[in-house]
Amino acid sequence: MVELALPKNSRIKTGKTWPKPEGATNLRKFQVYRWNPDDGENPRVDTYWVDMDTCGPMVLDALIKIKNEIDPTLTFRRSCREGICGSCAMNIDGINTLACIYGMDEIKGDVKIYPLPHMPVVKDLIPDLTHFYAQHASIMPWLETKTQRPEHEWRQSIEDRKKLDGLYECVMCASCSTSCPSYWWNGDRYLGPAALLHAYRWIIDSRDEATGERLDDLEDPFKLYRCHTIMNCAKTCPKGLNPAKAIAEIKKMMVERQL
Amino acid sequence: MADVNRGNRPLSPHLQVYRPQLNSITSILNRITGNAMLVSAFLIVWWLIAAASGAAYFDTVDGLITSFLGDVVMSLSVLGLWYHALGGIRHLIWDTGRGLEVETADKMGWAMLIGSVLLTIITLIAV
Repeated sequence: MVELALPKNSRIKTGKTWPKPEGATNLRKFQVYRWNPDDGENPRVDTYWVDMDTCGPMVLDALIKIKNEIDPTLTFRRSCREGICGSCAMNIDGINTLACIYGMDEIKGDVKIYPLPHMPVVKDLIPDLTHFYAQHASIMPWLETKTQRPEHEWRQSIEDRKKLDGLYECVMCASCSTSCPSYWWNGDRYLGPAALLHAYRWIIDSRDEATGERLDDLEDPFKLYRCHTIMNCAKTCPKGLNPAKAIAEIKKMMVERQL
Repeated sequence: MADVNRGNRPLSPHLQVYRPQLNSITSILNRITGNAMLVSAFLIVWWLIAAASGAAYFDTVDGLITSFLGDVVMSLSVLGLWYHALGGIRHLIWDTGRGLEVETADKMGWAMLIGSVLLTIITLIAV
């Protein structure tokens, strides 16, 4: 359901301003969402100052620098630092993206960092993605076949393989789903752009033989049809993919198979 | 939802922090104009019922609807009608799988915003 305001326990308070690093001349202000599950307090936004002369170019560089040099309690996920693992997805400067490949030169003014929107927070910038992953699992993200296994591999023509471009690159960072207002209001039943992009990736795979069952499963007022083509997903995807288009293609297949 | 609020977890901010996008604004405006037109439709039905129920009552209602405030409401309704019509066309294009690239979608968004204003001005001049 649409709930525009945050619940009482989620309202954000003004947090702590951490001391500026000494001797630095090129400072940049960071405002970072904090929530500690152990102190019983509401979330807050802390202010940090980072010396840009000794910091790498990406938002993740600054977060790591804050954690190393200013506040070791700051908590966030990160791993590959090159946009392939999807761990460091967060809301930066008002859009969802991967901190490791988002340059600070792209941001005007202070750098504002929040966890992915409308998700339960585990700690600081870490959202609970349990439900998001369960939705991905529900679309059967694997090849389903019925004919007998061939002696060698399942073959695919170059043209058929090309249909998977723009789909297989998804790293499941959840930026798209958590940018979608429809997913905010109905995320319990609407699968969201990421899971639906993956659903389409298997639907159009020439080797998959469960297309009918996959479409049957999505024939539901919520799972698929809560997509209203708002397109925040495509605009925010840090990998430049287009879930909105994949969802439109599924909707087309739904109509076409009834003609 | 399984396991979502273990330990009284807060909900991360959403509308409060997400930067409005051209695509999201044009989308919500489509819904707002759609609902607003329902109100306008009721006003017009009221006006028609008044016309059917007698001269004295019609004069009262007609006076309200053609008053300055009534003109403002009706002009805004024309704007909403054009905007919603253009939005409907955009959705029809999208439903064929076309125009879903971010750049194209944004161009169509601007076309809806500017086009609805222009069409409204033309309509007001013509009527």
